[in-house]
Amino acid sequence: MSFAFYCDVVFGGLVLGGLYALIAVGLSLQYGVARVLNVSHGEFIMLGAFATYSLYTFLGINPLLSLVITGPAIYFIAFLAHRTMFNRIRKTSPTIAAFEGNSLLASFGLLFIIQNIALLGWGPDIKGFHYLSGSIKLFGTTYAINRIVALALALVAGIAFYLFLLYTRLGKAIRAAAQDRDTAQLMGVNIHKVLGFCFGLGAFMAALAGFLISMIFEITPTMGLPYTIIAIIAVVLGGLGNILGSLIGGLILGIVGNVVMCFNPALSMVAYYIIFLLLILLKPAGILGKKA
Amino acid sequence: MNNFPVSRYLTNIRILALFSGGVLAAAILPLFMDPFTTISATNVFIYIVITLSWALFSGPTRYISIATAAFFGIGIYTSALAGELLPFPLVVCLGGFVSLILALLVGLSTLRLKGMYFTIFTFGLSELIRHSVLWWEVVMTGTVGRWVVSVEPVPVYYTMLIILVVTISFCFFIGRSRYGLALRSVGQSEEAADHMGVNVTAVKINVFAISAFFAGATGSTMATRWTYIDPSIAFNPLFSFMPVLMATFGGIGSITGQIIGATVLTLLADLLLTEFPYYYMLIYGVILVAVILFLPGGIMGIWESIRKRRHKELHENT
Repeated sequence: MSFAFYCDVVFGGLVLGGLYALIAVGLSLQYGVARVLNVSHGEFIMLGAFATYSLYTFLGINPLLSLVITGPAIYFIAFLAHRTMFNRIRKTSPTIAAFEGNSLLASFGLLFIIQNIALLGWGPDIKGFHYLSGSIKLFGTTYAINRIVALALALVAGIAFYLFLLYTRLGKAIRAAAQDRDTAQLMGVNIHKVLGFCFGLGAFMAALAGFLISMIFEITPTMGLPYTIIAIIAVVLGGLGNILGSLIGGLILGIVGNVVMCFNPALSMVAYYIIFLLLILLKPAGILGKKA
Repeated sequence: MNNFPVSRYLTNIRILALFSGGVLAAAILPLFMDPFTTISATNVFIYIVITLSWALFSGPTRYISIATAAFFGIGIYTSALAGELLPFPLVVCLGGFVSLILALLVGLSTLRLKGMYFTIFTFGLSELIRHSVLWWEVVMTGTVGRWVVSVEPVPVYYTMLIILVVTISFCFFIGRSRYGLALRSVGQSEEAADHMGVNVTAVKINVFAISAFFAGATGSTMATRWTYIDPSIAFNPLFSFMPVLMATFGGIGSITGQIIGATVLTLLADLLLTEFPYYYMLIYGVILVAVILFLPGGIMGIWESIRKRRHKELHENT
């Protein structure tokens, strides 16, 4: 176990943690604010990954540029899904618990629909492409450039989003809606717009993560579900509805996952679950959550 | 008012007659069916049982469980491990019991928590077990798959029929018992049920465990038809999603609805699966969304609203 090995593990953990943090923040917006436990979250990651892949392989568009096209497109799909499906469920459900249950089931439907359209379009094979796959040497160990770019982009996106939440009017409205939807509405927040925006923005973050994942890992149309599970665990780890908590939760999971993966790749999912089980048993409100 | 108990008595007799007629027909059917029909009928029975077992707990309590695949898969693995040691009926019971014990453990650790946490946990339970089993097989036994002792289609058909009859009777009687009432009260308001003296946690855990028994026994039975299994076959997440979809489609609150929902969707799957595997899952997604948006009560919801309208018209005319 040399110094270089530790550098490798820490760096890999940060990259994975950055990705998971993005995914978790996206889900946190959808569940914490819009109250939709969106199990099709991973499918939006997959869509982002495949859109990047297709634009790069077939049209030769630079992945970093293609984000300008895929991001808004996926935002729009999710916004539309919220407008047509979840808004209607919100109006017809008598209680918030009924809404959560029904929207969960509806998002299962969405998972089936998106995944199978992708399978019809792209086929079930594993795909990948090479972009920025060179490497640089630093402190006696090599780093892949695409991983450095992924980490940097995840960091920039995370910080930009946090500043957006803190310092803009819409960000304030989102925080208000997360705390108490009805009161926020009484204070003049257009709740329809904010919820739809949050759902879309959550999918946008998923697309961004998918774009980064497609640069580093191989992709398949069925890749979404494990990411959804990780996102859910990260969100619970940080405390339901706590956006900063989700970010930290994602980072922790990524680092732990990478450490376990260095010893036995098959066990990383098991490690997430053990964290999750302990969390649910000992501190269900999450590390940053308020007492229920 | 006086004829109320009599009419209820008549309804019960009608249900009993229909039910025993159906069972009798199912029992003599293999004598006239070709092997293919026997196998697809067995398939329908499987989905009815796992749909009923899912709705037995998740229907009245509204705790959405997505762990059916875990219990089903545990049954399958029990069959693979014990198939050579024990006679077939014992293997089936054992598969049910192992699942029941797993469900007890899961229930004890998570059912004290409120609905969404439970759903989140069950969502990945079968994935956790799948990964653990895979790791165990690769590291400890050095293989991925296992062989299961094979059993002929006709005995499997009868075993599934027995499990089906037991499941339907159990769901029917628990729905009309004090226990079923307690379960429904938990779904309506857990706090109020607690104050009325219902032991909320015990009721939830017990019914959850029993519902897992049926799924496990079904898994054990089915494993003998597949002969080869591996973790991704045994813990296929589809077995978790299908009961949710089928029960929602048929009507979560009604046993008849669940049976109809499972039968229709299984036959539809048989029809489409071999020709258009992706279209069929796509169609299921659309059905799930459409039912939730437009038919909150499922197929039975339509039936109920027609009956209510007719009832209303009858009263307006007299």
